[in-house]
Amino acid sequence: MGKRVGIVAVYQTKYEESKPYLHIHDLAYEPIKEILKISGLKFVGDGTGIDAAIGASQDHWDGYAISSKLYQDQIGGHLRPESRVRGDGAVAVFYAAMSILSGHYDTIIVLALAKESQVDGRLVESFGFEPNYTRMLGLDFLSAAALQAQNYIDKYGISPEQAALVVVKNRRNARFNPVAQAPADIEVQDVLNSPMLSSPLRELDTKPTSEGACTLILSTEEKVKKWTSKPVWIEGVGSCYDSSFLGDRELAEPRSLTSAALQAYRMAGISDPKKEIDVFELSEYTSYQELLWAEGLGLCEKGDGGKLVQSGATEIGGEVPINPSGGLLSGVPVNVAGADRVIEAVLQLRGEAQGCQVEGAKVALAHGTMGPCGQFHQIIVLRRGY
Amino acid sequence: MLKLPLKIVNEDPLVLQGKIYLDYAYYVGPIATRFFTDLRDRGKFFGIRCGECGITYMPPRGTCGRCFGKLEEWVEVAPQGTVISHTITYYPSVCHPVKEPIVYAIVKLDGADTGLIHMLGDVEPSEAYSGMRVEAVFKEKREGNILDIKYFKPLR
Ligand SMILES: [Zn+2]
Repeated sequence: MGKRVGIVAVYQTKYEESKPYLHIHDLAYEPIKEILKISGLKFVGDGTGIDAAIGASQDHWDGYAISSKLYQDQIGGHLRPESRVRGDGAVAVFYAAMSILSGHYDTIIVLALAKESQVDGRLVESFGFEPNYTRMLGLDFLSAAALQAQNYIDKYGISPEQAALVVVKNRRNARFNPVAQAPADIEVQDVLNSPMLSSPLRELDTKPTSEGACTLILSTEEKVKKWTSKPVWIEGVGSCYDSSFLGDRELAEPRSLTSAALQAYRMAGISDPKKEIDVFELSEYTSYQELLWAEGLGLCEKGDGGKLVQSGATEIGGEVPINPSGGLLSGVPVNVAGADRVIEAVLQLRGEAQGCQVEGAKVALAHGTMGPCGQFHQIIVLRRGY
Repeated sequence: MLKLPLKIVNEDPLVLQGKIYLDYAYYVGPIATRFFTDLRDRGKFFGIRCGECGITYMPPRGTCGRCFGKLEEWVEVAPQGTVISHTITYYPSVCHPVKEPIVYAIVKLDGADTGLIHMLGDVEPSEAYSGMRVEAVFKEKREGNILDIKYFKPLR
């Protein structure tokens, strides 16, 4: 990138299994009102405030066609520019960065939100499969992720105990994250004793139902420097899709993740991610996925994800800390997940991650994913700018 | 006229129960039409081959994602194949076509290079394994869709 885009401010609601008293526009209102307060910015189009808004949500999850209409007024979309990313919030951050780099807008607010408890999520996911050959089989993202996990076990001998270590690490890390939904002081045996949902995935191996929202304000280098004393820069971005036919893919080889990561590493000038990136916030919808994503990012050799977590390298004090925030396994909503990873990365780089702080973190990687078994991946590499 | 399916089901918090009714008539297109017709009428599997990439796709589709080539070369593949991965799904879902537990599997049919997603049957779920050789069992009354394959059973 010639010019730079930075983060002005971030805000997360508390994540909870359900927020029954809130309409989607109430859910949107809190993180927008709060981020305006923190940043001191307003929705004005004269160059002194927020020029445009980008939301991240999905119609099927929200139960409304073009569901960004549900929060258009809250996000500053009244008689002003507003657009929406269908899906993961990390992509909304990517689009915001591109819009700013294009020179068309200087300052953009990003909102990601979901109320998962309003709908049967498995049914929503089943619509993610093409109707000709797959949908009638009743697969959803959980049973698909189970096919992936089993393939990973068969190929590399990953054990359920190794996968359970991811859950233990993340749920324990979440104890220090004030917005985390499900912090827990659990042991491997608790994971192995939880109900089997779709082998080899047990209940605790999977992301719980979650609700919440988060916001970010991004702007040009000049304005970020003016508006915050703790700038964080977006240094590298990359995204990639794998085949939409599950059976076309090598499920235990996240090649679209590797491709997205290599684009982002190249842009950020990173040649050895293990050494040059201090903290990783990944979208692990299952325990096994965190191991697979670590492999795909080049943090260990193929098939060594289990050994990596066993070695303690992915703990907060380890060589490659992954999900010090507690990650998705501690409860972060779909669509919010990737944007929330960016926010957790920003908090790390600002030294504001409280009990889950990775000391001296200067470079962080945030990851979002969409589609069954990580079909699409979005990588965002961020650097501390002060 | 369709009655709007919205009703209050809880007072505190006030909850409006809704449902989105959308009937679709999906046109499956010429490729899937031929695939399902062969499956229904002859109990045969046809994949489609990309000569450029040397890949026989199952299920068949009209273009090759790798080289952007139009695919036209139909290749018969065997009703037998190998399980690439599988899972035993225990939780209930309104989407499931049969009663749980369901053994879902990715099956690579002999002669195809990509896997078909389906179910396993005639097997104790715990005895299913990746690498298992299986064979398609067809429904007696076939309608021209993917469930014309009842399941894949172990090849004995
Ligand atoms: Zn080709």
